[in-house]
Amino acid sequence: MDNLLLMLAPLFSSKLLLVLFFGTLFGLILGVLPGLGPTTGGALILPFTMTLDPLSAIVLLTSIYCAGTYGGAITAVLINTPGTPAAAATCLDGYPLAQKGEAGRALGMATVSSTVGGIFSVVILVFFAPILAQLAYEFGQPEYFALAIFGLTMLASIGEGSPIKNLIAGAFGILISTVGKDFMTSIDRFTFGINELTEGIGFIPVVVGLFAMSEMLTQSTLINQIFNRIALKAIKLPSKDDYKKTWKTILRSSGIGSFIGVLPAEGGTVASLIGYSEAKRFSKNPEEFGKGSIEGIAGAEAANNAATGGAMVPTLALGIPGSATTAVILTGLIIHGVRPGPDLFREQPDFLYGIFGAMLIANILFFIFGFFGAKIFARITLVPNKILWPMIFAVSVCGTYSLNQSIIDVWIMLFFGVLGFFMRRYGFSVVPVIIGLILGELVEGTLRQSLVIFDGNWLMFFTRPIALTFFILSLIALAFPLIRSRKFKKNNDKV
Amino acid sequence: MKNVQNQKRANKSLPFFFRDEFRVSLVIILISVALLITTFTFDIVPPILNRGIQPATFPKALLVLIIVMTMLIYYLATKNPWKVEKKLPGSFFLTLSSFVIFVVVSKTLDFFLAISALSIFVSYCWGEKRLFYLLLVGIIFPIIVFIFFETILGLRFPPGIITNIYYS
Repeated sequence: MDNLLLMLAPLFSSKLLLVLFFGTLFGLILGVLPGLGPTTGGALILPFTMTLDPLSAIVLLTSIYCAGTYGGAITAVLINTPGTPAAAATCLDGYPLAQKGEAGRALGMATVSSTVGGIFSVVILVFFAPILAQLAYEFGQPEYFALAIFGLTMLASIGEGSPIKNLIAGAFGILISTVGKDFMTSIDRFTFGINELTEGIGFIPVVVGLFAMSEMLTQSTLINQIFNRIALKAIKLPSKDDYKKTWKTILRSSGIGSFIGVLPAEGGTVASLIGYSEAKRFSKNPEEFGKGSIEGIAGAEAANNAATGGAMVPTLALGIPGSATTAVILTGLIIHGVRPGPDLFREQPDFLYGIFGAMLIANILFFIFGFFGAKIFARITLVPNKILWPMIFAVSVCGTYSLNQSIIDVWIMLFFGVLGFFMRRYGFSVVPVIIGLILGELVEGTLRQSLVIFDGNWLMFFTRPIALTFFILSLIALAFPLIRSRKFKKNNDKV
Repeated sequence: MKNVQNQKRANKSLPFFFRDEFRVSLVIILISVALLITTFTFDIVPPILNRGIQPATFPKALLVLIIVMTMLIYYLATKNPWKVEKKLPGSFFLTLSSFVIFVVVSKTLDFFLAISALSIFVSYCWGEKRLFYLLLVGIIFPIIVFIFFETILGLRFPPGIITNIYYS
């Protein structure tokens, strides 16, 4: 009961309500604009959060996360381009339905299923995050090391693209975290005599560079792209018949999305694809998929929004991000001096339940904004890139500079922008770099402390049951893509 | 699908040193080896202060891991070549060069001027020829951002020919 009251706290704080209002609005705008999305938007807004108290800052980031994930659907339905990667599966049926003159119906279903998926996942978050945090009390240094390794291997195997490339990217992220003074011995590593590097490479230059600047370079290759936008008259709430057809799909996808979200991976994107394919598998009319199936929209949208709450579970309970955007939220927590983990649940329940409540309200708010304002948000897609991206550049540069008032940070951001562009071009995901950077200190610190405990005996890791379980799970995670590709090949051979 | 297969085939027909997978793997390995050599220059902690492993051991292990995995992706790519991306357009190189111009101008002349110049340059290169919009992205918007950061976040921008006039 106390926790429920704590969850409702944002409703009674005018400041938090204002933050939620702007966060949801900003998230929707970011979601609608192709190439931006909640991850890049969250990274851009991070420096501004320094003017806020920790709760308001995280509420702002989480509301951007929830609304941005939904916002991608508007672009997916109207211009056949996902506003966010998580909305890619929504294009498959959303756009064909819009082409049939039913854009309002498609967006209505996307709005309802996103809201249901989002709320469902917040319920999962409220119940499971404390349980996971409770379990984490049993963890010592070796267990945290094994868990971080498991997180990275999961990311490599479930994330987009080649698992080995993802692992290289993750290892590179950890390597970046070793730049600067060694936190145990204060010995300089990879500083090359540059004073500014002794404090290490900050999260924000890397995050803004890898997401915003690399996207700017990507957009520079697409300036001749032409979008065919379908006009939207008004959003229509799903009919009784549509509800009848889709309620099972929405619930199933909400469950799938929440589960996938909990796993450390590119949450929403993977969740929406699985949600979509499961909707097709269980559908009575699978032949309609790809031609404007209302179930397809419901399956994809419920799953990607359900992944938002799911991804917050490991982020808050263990400090292991469940997705790219939660990696940005985790960065926000760290720069505001909040260390996620079991102690956060014990010592700051008001903070934690405030976030849960804010996510719940954000899901309701984006339903209202989406329902009444989709037509206006759809117009945002008309802002040309040649105007938008130079503006984003100005904000990125000033935002990155503002943290340490260091021009070196701006150059680092540009360097990572170029690097991120080429990484993406050659099939290396940038998300593992961020997660590796965030987990780097945890991985190295727990490894070195464990070795002190074990007196340098590496084999002692395998005498700890929880650590051993995580190592076995890591091996399974690494083997998973191999099994998946063999199964895929087998199925193809059959066809 | 057919297009991708054609692209893959085209990539396979190139000599190995022209293929993307070779060049990318080579760059990663060369950088990793250079960094690996650097780790041998790190100070060594006396055994009495050393906790667990030497500070250089962990980065060394990571770099060896990266080198091994890069060799593995190259080996796999010889069987299944990467998709060759289309050639990068001129607008990409102009945007990239604008980053270099930004670094030079922000270091030598002025931070604000660098943002302004880049914004106008990028917008123009991407096809914006209308003066009002060029002024909007290059002057009006950066001024708004500057004032916002200055007043709300209390930020002081680095000295330069324009910022000095503003601050004085």
